[in-house]
Amino acid sequence: MTSNLNLWLIPVLPLAGAAINGIFGKKSSRTAISTVGLVLSGAAFAWALAVVFRISTAELPYQEYLAHWIRSGSFTVDFAFYLDQLSLIMLLVVTGVGFLIHVYSVGYMWDDPSYCRFFAYLNLFLFFMLTLILANNYLLMFIGWEGVGLASYLLIGFWFTKDSAAAAGKKAFIVNRIGDFGFLIGLFLIIQHFGTLNFTQVFDQVRPLAPETAGAGFLTAIGLLLMVGACGKSAQIPLYVWLPDAMEGPTPVSALIHAATMVTAGVYMVSRSHVIFERAPSALTVVAIIGTLTALFAATIGITQTDIKKVLAYSTVSQLGYMFMACGVGAFSAGVFHLMTHAFFKGLLFLAAGSVIHSVGGEQDMRKMGGLRSYIPWTFMTMGIATLAIAGIPPLAGFWSKDEILWKAYQTNWVYWLIGVVTAFITSFYMFRLLFMTFFGDYHGAHVDEHGHGSHDAGHGHGEPHESPMVMLIPLMILAVLSLVGGLVGYGNRFEHFLEPVFGTGVVSASASETASHFTEYLLMGISVTVAVLGFVFAYILYVSQPHLPQKIADALGGFYKTVLDKYYVDEIYAAVLVKPLIDASTRILWQGVDRNVIDAAVNESATGARSVSNEVRKMQSGNLRSYAGWIAAGAACVIAYMVWMGVAR
Amino acid sequence: MVPISYYLVLSGFLFACGVAGFLIKRNIITIFMSIELMLNGVNLSFVAFAAHWHVIAGEAKGLVPLSGQVFVFFVMVVAAAEAAVGLAIIIAVYRNRETLNVDQLNLLKL
Repeated sequence: MTSNLNLWLIPVLPLAGAAINGIFGKKSSRTAISTVGLVLSGAAFAWALAVVFRISTAELPYQEYLAHWIRSGSFTVDFAFYLDQLSLIMLLVVTGVGFLIHVYSVGYMWDDPSYCRFFAYLNLFLFFMLTLILANNYLLMFIGWEGVGLASYLLIGFWFTKDSAAAAGKKAFIVNRIGDFGFLIGLFLIIQHFGTLNFTQVFDQVRPLAPETAGAGFLTAIGLLLMVGACGKSAQIPLYVWLPDAMEGPTPVSALIHAATMVTAGVYMVSRSHVIFERAPSALTVVAIIGTLTALFAATIGITQTDIKKVLAYSTVSQLGYMFMACGVGAFSAGVFHLMTHAFFKGLLFLAAGSVIHSVGGEQDMRKMGGLRSYIPWTFMTMGIATLAIAGIPPLAGFWSKDEILWKAYQTNWVYWLIGVVTAFITSFYMFRLLFMTFFGDYHGAHVDEHGHGSHDAGHGHGEPHESPMVMLIPLMILAVLSLVGGLVGYGNRFEHFLEPVFGTGVVSASASETASHFTEYLLMGISVTVAVLGFVFAYILYVSQPHLPQKIADALGGFYKTVLDKYYVDEIYAAVLVKPLIDASTRILWQGVDRNVIDAAVNESATGARSVSNEVRKMQSGNLRSYAGWIAAGAACVIAYMVWMGVAR
Repeated sequence: MVPISYYLVLSGFLFACGVAGFLIKRNIITIFMSIELMLNGVNLSFVAFAAHWHVIAGEAKGLVPLSGQVFVFFVMVVAAAEAAVGLAIIIAVYRNRETLNVDQLNLLKL
C-alpha cells in the first residue's frame, strides 16, 4: 500500500536553511552560507524528485497527516499534506526552478554585504511556498499564502536603505492585504456552508451541487472572493499595481517570486478550487474577463517601457492574465501548463536580464544598452531562446501552452481568443523589442575607464560589458533547455491527460472538442504562429533596420503614447481616488478626530479630573491635630445620625 | 433601682464634655485628659448596660453575663497603657518643640 513519503520534509528543509542562515549567517563565511542555502533547497528538490519516483500515479491523491492543529467541536484543521497531480507539478516547478535560482543567486549576490540575509529570506520563501502547495486544507494554504507575501515583502525591500525599494515592498504588502482579505472572507463562507476547510471534504460536498446557472448563490460568492485573493497575489486587474514596483528587489527575487512561483499561487489556488468554480459559471466568467483584460492591458504597457525589468514585469502580469483566461474558460489544465512553461521561460528571462544588468554594471535602462550580443554571447543565446519561447514560436515551450489556452478560449467565446491573439502579437513584439534594444545595434552605455570604479551600484567597475560567471550561466542554460523542450510534455494532450484525475475531462473539452474540426485547430495554430512572427518582423523593422521609426510613431501618437508610457496613470488614479482620501480621512477623522479628541482626551481628562478632585480633598490633611479631630467627630456624628435615622425609619 | 436612662444621660454628658474639650482645647495635656473623659463616659454606659441586661437575662434564664464589666477592664488597661505611651510622647515632643500647643505641632501635613 501507500508508503510514507515524508512530504513534510520538503517544506521543512528550506525552513532549516532559513533558520541556520538567519541565526548563524552573520558570522559565517560566504561559502558556508551558500553551502547551507544550496544544500537545503537542493535537498528539497531531491526529495521532491524522490517522491515522484516512489509514488505511482495510481496512489494519488496521497494524504499525509503530520499533527493536530485546531480542534473545535466538529471543526478540524490539521497540519496535513495533500499530493495529487496538480501539487506534484507545482512541487517540481517550485523546488526545481527555486533551486536553480538559488544557484544563480550565489553569483549574483556574492558582493552584497547582506549575503546571509538574502539566502535566509530566499529559503524562508521556499518553505512558505511549499506549504502553500502541499497543504490539504485552505487554512494551511492561507498560512503559506501569507508567508510568501511576507517573504516577498522582505525581499522586495531587501535593499531597504533605498527609499523606492522600501516603498515598493510596502506597496506590495498592502495591495496583497486587500486580496488576502477577500480570500479570508471566502474561507469564512466555506466554513459557514460546509463546516470544514479540508479540500477533499469541501469538494465532496460541492460536487453533488448543481451549477448556479440561474442567478448567483453562495458558490458564486465564494468563487468571486477567492478570485479577489488570486487577483492580489497573482497581480491581476485591479490589484496588479504592486508587481511592476516589485522589480526594486534583487533580480533573482524577481525571477523566483515575481515570475516563476509566488505570483502563480493565485492560478494554483483557482485551479485547486476548480470544483467550486465549475459550479459557479458567473464567477468563472469574471475570472476569464479579468484574465483577458489583464493580458491585453499589461501587454500594451509593456511596449513602451524602457526599463528591462519593467518590461518583463508587465509581461509577467500579461502572461498571468493568460493563465486566468484559461481557468476562466474552464481549461484549468491549460492554465497550469502555461504556469509551468511560464516558470521556465520567464524565470530564464529574468535571470538573463539579471545577467545583462550584472554585465553592464547595474544599468537597467535598455536605451543605454545595445550591441551586447558580442560581449555576453551565452546570456544572449539563452535569452533569445526564452524570447522565442514566450513569443510562441514552435516548438518551444510557450507555443504549446499558449496555443492550448487560445484553442480552449476559442471554443468558449471567440472574443477571448481574439484578444488573446492580439496580446500574443503584442507579447512577441515587445519581447523582440527588448531583445533587439539590448543585444543588437551599438553599445550606448558608458565605458567606465580604468580609474572610475564608483559609478555603478552593482560593485566592481567595468571597462567593457563582461560575461557573468559560470555559476550564473549554468542555471541559465538548464532553464534554456527546459524552455526549449518543456512544452513537448503537452504534445498530444499528454499534460491534460496527466491532470485529468484532478480536473476531470473538463466542461469545455468534453462538449466542444468533438464538434470543432481539426481544421479549425490547425488554422488557429497557424494564426497564432503568424502573429508571433509578425511581432518579430515589426520589432526587427522598428528597432534594427529603421531605428529612427519608433520615435516618429511615438510622436505621431502623441498623447496616447504618453498615456501608455505612464502606465495609463493607474497609479496616479489609485493615489487620487483611493490612497489620498484614505490618508486624509485617517489623518483628519481617525487621527486628529477620534484618536486625539476622543481617546487621548478621555485619558487626559480623567487624569486632570482626578488631580483637581484630589486638590480639593488634600486640603483636609492640614496637619492640624484639632481639625483631624473635628473630621473624626463629624464622621462619627454622621454615623450616629444615620443609625438614628434608620432606627426611626424602622 | 436607678433607671438606666440616668446612667446613659450622664455617660453621654461625660462623652460630650470629652469631645468638646478635645476639639476646643489647645494644650496637648488637656486634650489627653479629654480622651480619658470620653473613655470613662463609655465605660459608664458599658457597666450600666451590663447591669441592666444582667437583671433581665438573669430573671429569664438564670445566667450571669459579665461581658460588659470585662470590657470595662480591657478599656482601663488599654487606657493605662495609652497614658504611659502618650505621656512619654508628650515629654519627647516638649523637649523637641518647647511647646504643648497642638496648633504649632503641624509637621504631619504635606
